[in-house]
Amino acid sequence: MTSQDPTNPSPFDAEPRFDSVEELRTALRNVDYLSDEGIAGIVYLADRLGKPILVEGPAGTGKTQLAKSVAEVLGARLIRLQCYEGLDESKALYEWNYKKQLLRIQATKSDTEGQNWDEIEDDIFSDEFLLERPLLEAIRAIDPVVLLIDEVDRVEVETEALLLEILSDYQVSIPELGTITARQIPMVFLTSNNTRELSEALKRRCLYLHVDYPDMEREKEIVLTKVPGLTESLADQIARVVRSIRQLELKKSPSVSETIDWARTLVLLGVEQIDAETATGTVNILLKYQSDIQKVVKEFAAEQKSFSRGGILSPEA
Amino acid sequence: MAEASDLAGESLLELLAGFIVELRQAGLPVSLTENLDAMEAVQYIPLGDREAFKYALAATLVKNHSHWRAFETVFEVYFSLRGAEWSLDPDASDFVDPDEDQSQAPEGAGEGQQAQGGSGDSLTPEELAEMLYKSLMRGDQSMMRAMARQSVRRYAGMEPGRPVGGTYYLYRTMRNLNLEGMLERLMEQAQEDSPEPLTPLEERLERDEYENRIESFKKEIESEIRRRLVADRGVEAMAKTLRKPLPEDIDFMHASREEMVQLRKALQPLTRRLAIRLARKRKHGRKGALDFRNTVRHSLSYGGVPAEPKFKYPRPSKPEIFVIADISGSVAAFARFTLHLVYAISGQFSRVRSFVFIDGIDEVTRFFEGTDDILDAISRVNSEADVIWVDGHSDYGHAFEVFWERYGQDISSKTTVIILGDARNNYHASQNWVIKEIRNKARHVWWLNPEPKAYWDTGDSIVGEYATYCDGAFECRNLRQLERFVDNLV
Repeated sequence: MTSQDPTNPSPFDAEPRFDSVEELRTALRNVDYLSDEGIAGIVYLADRLGKPILVEGPAGTGKTQLAKSVAEVLGARLIRLQCYEGLDESKALYEWNYKKQLLRIQATKSDTEGQNWDEIEDDIFSDEFLLERPLLEAIRAIDPVVLLIDEVDRVEVETEALLLEILSDYQVSIPELGTITARQIPMVFLTSNNTRELSEALKRRCLYLHVDYPDMEREKEIVLTKVPGLTESLADQIARVVRSIRQLELKKSPSVSETIDWARTLVLLGVEQIDAETATGTVNILLKYQSDIQKVVKEFAAEQKSFSRGGILSPEA
Repeated sequence: MAEASDLAGESLLELLAGFIVELRQAGLPVSLTENLDAMEAVQYIPLGDREAFKYALAATLVKNHSHWRAFETVFEVYFSLRGAEWSLDPDASDFVDPDEDQSQAPEGAGEGQQAQGGSGDSLTPEELAEMLYKSLMRGDQSMMRAMARQSVRRYAGMEPGRPVGGTYYLYRTMRNLNLEGMLERLMEQAQEDSPEPLTPLEERLERDEYENRIESFKKEIESEIRRRLVADRGVEAMAKTLRKPLPEDIDFMHASREEMVQLRKALQPLTRRLAIRLARKRKHGRKGALDFRNTVRHSLSYGGVPAEPKFKYPRPSKPEIFVIADISGSVAAFARFTLHLVYAISGQFSRVRSFVFIDGIDEVTRFFEGTDDILDAISRVNSEADVIWVDGHSDYGHAFEVFWERYGQDISSKTTVIILGDARNNYHASQNWVIKEIRNKARHVWWLNPEPKAYWDTGDSIVGEYATYCDGAFECRNLRQLERFVDNLV
């Protein structure tokens, strides 16, 4: 890592971006992202170690938002690479502008006869004809950038290999041009919904951050920050109801963003106190599967004694 | 903080190295680079901050969320005696009894500074229970921690050098505390406090809140016991005793209740992953046969040379699956997990039918049809299926015989039969001719046995007699093995 060209100051010696975990946490709070100690701590470490962060966790817990918020805190440009099945090098790294190259060759033919082939070749494989894609763009950026590689679990295992060079050495090798090294180490976030196991090679290069559903207190705060006009007591009730729902075994537990949507709805409806009726009437905002909705409605209406749920103290079947 | 210099003094690196060795022992794949990262990371962390230290290690060493629990256990063991508030020596502790500043707290509060430290030993069990009740009521974290220490000291009956595991002490402590009763009391109190009777929803929310607090109290007790054990017997010994298997390595047959919960949690993402992987495999598999006509047609553009071979689209036949599962006590959990997994990926099969037996056999496909909720269906299987014939002891022979009579004609050359069970037949007749007949008709017959291979054919296990007629009999003790089997099945 340290064998950098002495004339070119190593990007690994860059100034740290944050002075302390606390500072980072406050900064994130100022842009309406409520982190917990773990999240802020790992972002801080990633900056110090110059390593990418692999953020994993259930959908809708603010993984992508974390990257956006960090970008906002740093005043950096966010470069986003959305992954999908079939993503390849030409969409992720770089591509030669084939049409422009053709034009260039044709133009050469017509005006200066006899220009030699090597010159043309050098010319058409130069910077001018290179189309930057997100990864290369992030590497070559001079201004501060945050690179977000979203839903990295969607690409095939083979495509993952594309990312490895960038993630460990912050450089891209282009056969015709040579190796392009980053001028600064961007903050890199990779998110994954864990639909498949990522390769060891990729994981090894990253710090790992698992973002789970927030605990009740934090969720309450999040809802309070994000939804204007919400009273403290309603926020408290919302957080408690959501926690109860998450304890059930559902196909898809309500995410934080769904909690926020629900809170907004309740505010719009002018609800001040959540009773069973309001809860069951609006629960379809929290849950997206019919079977889940039925289950929750049934649970909420049920008398206390007949809970089928395996609570921590009730004996289990 | 004293502790920071402590750590630096006794060579943090050595401690970390030991810690990482133990992680590897527990089955976590920690690579050399990760090891180095961890060492680098801790430089940037104030060592006095235990939580930050933990997160720094976790972020660099643990790259899979299901390994978190194993990591946490090792961490607690290795670093449990570090940090002032965790100090075992009560005098040196800067941990002040939270009762100090609360005048309404029961007696004993004043005695917090007694030689023994903590909240006084002079409390009667009733007073202790009362204080615990109050702290749970208020949800006061530090108070709960103090109560946990006190209860462990009082009830666990720990003796130095006694070679008992932590669960024994935990059990003793919990038995004396009667937390179930505590929950009921808290609920009654909540009922009384509210001006009007609680609606079921409110009641439920209250209960969740208290259950949550009790759960965290329980965790405090566990960590207190662990701390004391480590202090008594040393880090290495305890790390070995307390080592927790990764969820995918938990043995189905010997899982504790807590581990069962772990397993169920692990199963959910696993089925999802498996389903996605299988669907992808189907889409991407280029195993179709050569399309001769198409190849010849394309060869015309190469002057008749078949330069570009064309293949037919793969049309993998979807097998029909029959699951025959023993659901008697010892192997019930295994059957449950396998049924769950098979139904979760039932989209990969043309049809799944399931049968359960103990000494009688019953088809349970009906429970799974028309419902999305696999767990619900499985619990109905346990309660409603008609599987008892005589005495409710496994009788594979009779069950197979009846199966053959009733459903044998449904087996076709497309059917894959999976039999789940330990083949402990209570010395009944094996009737293994049934398996032979099934084998003749079906495409495959697989046997999955949740027992370790070494135990097969010992005692009343007759898996060997059946296995002769199966295409294969596999040991399937944990999720890892189960996943591998299902993966190959499709």
